Amino acid sequence: MDQLLQHLVNGLVLGGTYALLGIGLTLIFGLMNVVNFAHGEFYTLGAYVAFAALTLAGVNFIVGILAAIVAGAALGWLCEVTLLRPLRNESIDTTMLVMIGVWIAMQNGELLVWGGVAKSIPHPFPTAPLVMGPVAIAPLRVIVLVLAVGLIASSWLLIHQTKLGRAMRATFQDRDTAALMGVSIGRVHAATFAFGSALASAAGALLGPVFLAYPSMGDLASLKAFSVVILGGLGNLTGATVGGLLLGIAEELGAGYISSGYRDAVGFVIIIMVLVLRPSGLFARQERIG
Amino acid sequence: MGKRSIVLVALVLVALAALTVPGASQAPLKIGVIQPLSGPVAASGNYIRMGAEIARDWINARGGIAGRKVDLLIEDNKSDPKEAASAAEKLIVRDKVPVIMGAWGSSMTLAAMPKLEEYGVPMVVETSSAASITKRGNPWIFRISPPSEMEALGLEQYVDKLGVKRVDFLAVNTDWGRGAISAFGDMLQKKGAAVGAKEFMDQSATDMNAQLTKIKATGGDTLFLTTAVEQITLVMKQAQEQRLGRKIVTTGGSSSPTQLIKQAGAAAEGSYHIVFFMPWFPEAMPDGKLAKAFVDEWAKRGHPFEGLTEGFRGHDGIATIAEAIKVAGKDEAAAIRDALWKVSLMGVNGPIKFEKDGPAGKESGQSKPSIFVVQIRDGKVALPDFLAKK
Repeated sequence: MDQLLQHLVNGLVLGGTYALLGIGLTLIFGLMNVVNFAHGEFYTLGAYVAFAALTLAGVNFIVGILAAIVAGAALGWLCEVTLLRPLRNESIDTTMLVMIGVWIAMQNGELLVWGGVAKSIPHPFPTAPLVMGPVAIAPLRVIVLVLAVGLIASSWLLIHQTKLGRAMRATFQDRDTAALMGVSIGRVHAATFAFGSALASAAGALLGPVFLAYPSMGDLASLKAFSVVILGGLGNLTGATVGGLLLGIAEELGAGYISSGYRDAVGFVIIIMVLVLRPSGLFARQERIG
Repeated sequence: MGKRSIVLVALVLVALAALTVPGASQAPLKIGVIQPLSGPVAASGNYIRMGAEIARDWINARGGIAGRKVDLLIEDNKSDPKEAASAAEKLIVRDKVPVIMGAWGSSMTLAAMPKLEEYGVPMVVETSSAASITKRGNPWIFRISPPSEMEALGLEQYVDKLGVKRVDFLAVNTDWGRGAISAFGDMLQKKGAAVGAKEFMDQSATDMNAQLTKIKATGGDTLFLTTAVEQITLVMKQAQEQRLGRKIVTTGGSSSPTQLIKQAGAAAEGSYHIVFFMPWFPEAMPDGKLAKAFVDEWAKRGHPFEGLTEGFRGHDGIATIAEAIKVAGKDEAAAIRDALWKVSLMGVNGPIKFEKDGPAGKESGQSKPSIFVVQIRDGKVALPDFLAKK
């Protein structure tokens, strides 16, 4: 029982970060129809920007995370405007190939700039765990979870309660009609990609201090993000949130009670089951968007 | 091209020819090197390359081998077994090297091995630790790194002093990790320790809380950890977060305690590490003078200190090959292989001498490297109390 509680807490914290990764990708993949293999690289970018800001520039923790968000948004914007915009009418395969290129270029760029040795990102919180009965958790992880929930909530508000969010949903539902209604299509595409990338970058900046920063860290993040998106249904924010938590807890319990050698397999078995039984994802509605 | 530049080129060519004339009949000796210079384990591969270059420069500074300079032809296996096989083929067929050093990871070495047999070229294995490498009956393989069984035997004498009674294992889910668990598990059981949980983690996994929660429940006193330094850092940090409260012993010799101190901080305090080189106190190595010279040269070249625990393998591998070429008296693959059986030299790690391992008639060579234990104490790497000189 004590073990179960600890496993559930671990799973919740892990799932929160999966959710954050998944939400960014569900916007890009689900709404924009771009199979974004570079999503994990924005996660890596966030971790390295946070590292640079915290160690080289010596700013405080929150400023470091904000810097990562700004960098992720800026590079995401640039990426959309220079690479994806000219290909907007091409097939999904073409943009997928371009994003694979971005993935390889960014990963090798990181290797070139930072080298292959992992970097530890400093943080100002105590390392002694908070102990509540049988459960122990590091203060940093609590803060990461709180910030992740905050980011998830603000994304939801942005998509559902603002004019930009409405424009996004309208654009990806029917681009021509949205354009006729006076929506600036180009700006909406760029904003969506920048927003999704900023979320990935934020996830990297939040998790960097928990784990380590190294050039190939984004590969696993990409894989988890795609899993979450498939689990929750394309373009579905609620789905990505719940899917992320579900995946985190399933992996944790699978590793704890089945075998740690099959930890990732547990997550994928669930995904296969979802694809067989509910091919459009756990939370997909009749209509895919919003 | 203008007339003047043609003249210039001709002049340069003449000058070059003049420079090389004394050694014209003495073409450089080629040694092939296959290492991961890019990809996930690029840092390690590059450290080995740096160590190999030090060995080459030292040999050449002493006048080379029988008056011939040594030339390293270095190929990148991109941390990928497929690339390791094609790198071996390229070195042998196109560059015509008579001997190779490589290929870091066990899976990369195993992938390159059939090529050695196909073309009949020996390879000195400097890092890989999977037992199967010398058990497959490939007579072109000469290994200077210890397989897990040898490492476990090397640790046996310290088990009582470490106070290992109930042990749990956490290892990367590869041939190396699984092999280490079975080798150390057997040895510890023989010494009377109880074996609790045997947990695995994916090579790229970053969150090991589930495994640690399970390990915590066994109530053991020691955790044996086998993986690369990045994951060791993560496990240590997460063990601290969960208040695991175990003695941690890392195996495999790639743990780079210096990097752990930098990155895991207090979480690494008190942990023990099996290493094959102790650059913190080179004078305690079998050949203290050589070890010290290597550490000094490394620093002089501006290489990072934490790379030394990998870099020495590059030196020892090239030194072994150079010695074999000297014994053989010529740079032919078969002659070098025969000579490798006869070499006996002192490397940075200690004495290198090959003994037969694997199926009779097709044995591979396996040297018996020195094995050391260090501890992280007060944020520094130190000899454990039971090894420190009284």
